[in-house]
Amino acid sequence: MAGVATKHTLPAPFHDYELDDAFDEMVDGQGTVRPHYRHIYEALRELTADELRRRQQIADLSFLHQGITFTVYGRDEGTERIFPNDLLPRVLTRDEWSRIERGLEQRITALNLFLKDIYHEGKILNDGVVPREIIYSCKHFRRQMRGFHVRNDAYVTVAGTDLIRLPSGEFVVLEDNLRVPSGASYMLVSREVMKRLFGELFRKCSVQPIEHYSQALLSTLRALTPLVSPQGNSEPTIVLLTPGVFNSAYFEHAFLARQMGIELVEGRDLVVHDNFVYMRTTAGLRRVDVIYRRIDDDFIDPLAFRADSSLGVPGLFNAYRAGNVSMANALGTGVADDKAVYAYVPAIIRYYLKEDPVLDNVETYLMSDPLHRRHVLGRLQDYVVKAVGESGGYGMLIGPHSTAEQRDEFRRRVEADPRNYIAQPTIRLSRAPCFIDSNVQPRHVDLRPYILFGDKVTVVPGGLTRVALRKGSLVVNSSQGGGSKDTWVLD
Amino acid sequence: MLSRVGDSLYWMSRYLERAEHAARVINIQLNLMLERGSQSEDLDWVRVGRSLGMELSEDDAYRSVIVASIVAARENARQVREQISSEMWEQLNRLFHAVRRSSPQAWDERDFLQSIKEGAHLFQGVTDSTMTHGEGWQFIQAGRYLERAVAVSTLVGAHFREFHQPAQIGAERVYLEWIGLLRSCTAFEAYCKAYTADVKQERIAEFLVLHPSFPHSIRFSAEALETAIKEIGREAGSRRAQRVERIAGRLRATLGFGQIDEIMSGGLHAYLQELLRQCGQVHSALYQTYISYPIEAALEAS
Repeated sequence: MAGVATKHTLPAPFHDYELDDAFDEMVDGQGTVRPHYRHIYEALRELTADELRRRQQIADLSFLHQGITFTVYGRDEGTERIFPNDLLPRVLTRDEWSRIERGLEQRITALNLFLKDIYHEGKILNDGVVPREIIYSCKHFRRQMRGFHVRNDAYVTVAGTDLIRLPSGEFVVLEDNLRVPSGASYMLVSREVMKRLFGELFRKCSVQPIEHYSQALLSTLRALTPLVSPQGNSEPTIVLLTPGVFNSAYFEHAFLARQMGIELVEGRDLVVHDNFVYMRTTAGLRRVDVIYRRIDDDFIDPLAFRADSSLGVPGLFNAYRAGNVSMANALGTGVADDKAVYAYVPAIIRYYLKEDPVLDNVETYLMSDPLHRRHVLGRLQDYVVKAVGESGGYGMLIGPHSTAEQRDEFRRRVEADPRNYIAQPTIRLSRAPCFIDSNVQPRHVDLRPYILFGDKVTVVPGGLTRVALRKGSLVVNSSQGGGSKDTWVLD
Repeated sequence: MLSRVGDSLYWMSRYLERAEHAARVINIQLNLMLERGSQSEDLDWVRVGRSLGMELSEDDAYRSVIVASIVAARENARQVREQISSEMWEQLNRLFHAVRRSSPQAWDERDFLQSIKEGAHLFQGVTDSTMTHGEGWQFIQAGRYLERAVAVSTLVGAHFREFHQPAQIGAERVYLEWIGLLRSCTAFEAYCKAYTADVKQERIAEFLVLHPSFPHSIRFSAEALETAIKEIGREAGSRRAQRVERIAGRLRATLGFGQIDEIMSGGLHAYLQELLRQCGQVHSALYQTYISYPIEAALEAS
């Protein structure tokens, strides 16, 4: 295999850089460094291991001091950990990126049309393109949204779509995060740190900027200002609604609010009166026009959804339906990132846009389909099985790494509730160079770009590259030993 | 500013002032207990509790009172982590971890109390030099001085009731107790500069209640409180601010135009009770104006 042939052909600090059948971001099949990685490759050869270690320390300290931590649940008082950040950037060419960008624009446009359709006439269901029962059995489908006109038809305003790269080098969509995607703050902070540490290299590579994300997010939110709000010269009041300091993404909420210059509020800061939303300030009640909410649908309003929620705002949903306040994302978007609905996204794109999808899906088997189910359950060791409503790497079985017991357990679960599961072939994610144990080693990565859908679609070039820091691991979630790295899209 | 933020800053500050005051009073009392010798210790702690306005029955209870105040201060700071400076947060967090780590066995009592006082002073200095002196800072000021006015009124009241006409203890003892009162308000040296070491009850009362520029006198606290409240009103620009400003102004005037001879002849205790009542009113009015106002009132005003 190529892996054997190219071993030891790369000089230090790359002497441990082994290739296998996964796509390698830096080196091609012949062991030659790809042109867009040239600058980084050269720079790394000139830096000593000590120097790299020093920079890694500076980076870690800077994350720690800025309090860039996430909370690990289930421990005493919520242990805070720094988010592991790898020192080496992941690089994409302009051509690779422009295809991704086109694909993401197409996908979010189609998904927003889809959401509007299923919450109104349901044409796509009547035409039999997407089975009705999949939609109505989805636990994120919100009946309350039926017939409600969302401002600008922008259901999903902020999306974080997870892309992976197949051994062929092609990018495909692994999942859409259409509810409350997080991680944009890590993208912004790690860029800031990288510019400080690798300024010279950064300049030489001419990397496309991402710093306008906060501003783009703000103008996307501003475009949602309700029609009833005082128009013209007075600014709409936009707030970021957080579950509070105990939430694992609180750092991000505070960071984004500060970057956009908007108020960071909790549920108890807001009151609804006569279907208008106000925040309690020392100067009295101030009308709120747009809420960038980072609380799940279920918890947003105890009167409309879960009555035991203490995070939400009683009456908020009625104010929303009355059109007096906008929310981003709209409620009920979770139905479109259900993993069973995901399987239909290529069909959804063709249906609404009459185009072929630019970015493909990963091959997906619905366990509710008897043929698919029989096929997958017969060779579970080759598949990844996922619960449709879960995220963050929870509730899944990775066939090749599973024990016979785990497979039996999943077989039982799938047979008990087939609608709740899908299966995908195990995919070798592409690998990128990472700085690990004082030299450069390849690790599997994915890519989460952030897409903003307002009066236009904005995708900041790059996004968050997530890394499975454990050798051989394919799981990139931060809760399961994953980290992140900066993503450079070259100009 | 969000009402919740003002609320958290106010209480963060009050709790820290409370912890610092308690640490100082208890430190002095531990000294005095050495002097009192044979007297019942339980009785001493009951008296300490009275001078702090809380119930203390045994000598270890004070520790949990102080720790609870620090924990509450830090919890309030955590809620508004983004509104205070990193230096403030780090300092308060350090103090929190220091007191939480300490177990009664491992720590010397005096070290413990000393570290509370120092930690609180350090926090105050860091706050004043790293945070914008805007609305949030004014809430911190209001919390600190309201707490101080209440604490000193309570302390002076309890002390005068006990030692105004002491029955069974000797003159030297009584002298020590009066100096203890001054020290409890960091006022001994300042008092000596003003009146020499000649300890007279009326002068002590005048100094602790009516002194215009000593930072632990009740009058000074009331003036600082009124200033903070006026600044908050200016910054928030609320039209409903008149009431709380009037009540704070009345408290300031009660002290500013007070005459010590009249106060003493009318009964110091009654006077201090009146001050405590007015402090309570300021607190309620501050809440009704800025923090937990009814929706209807706010809608009418805006």
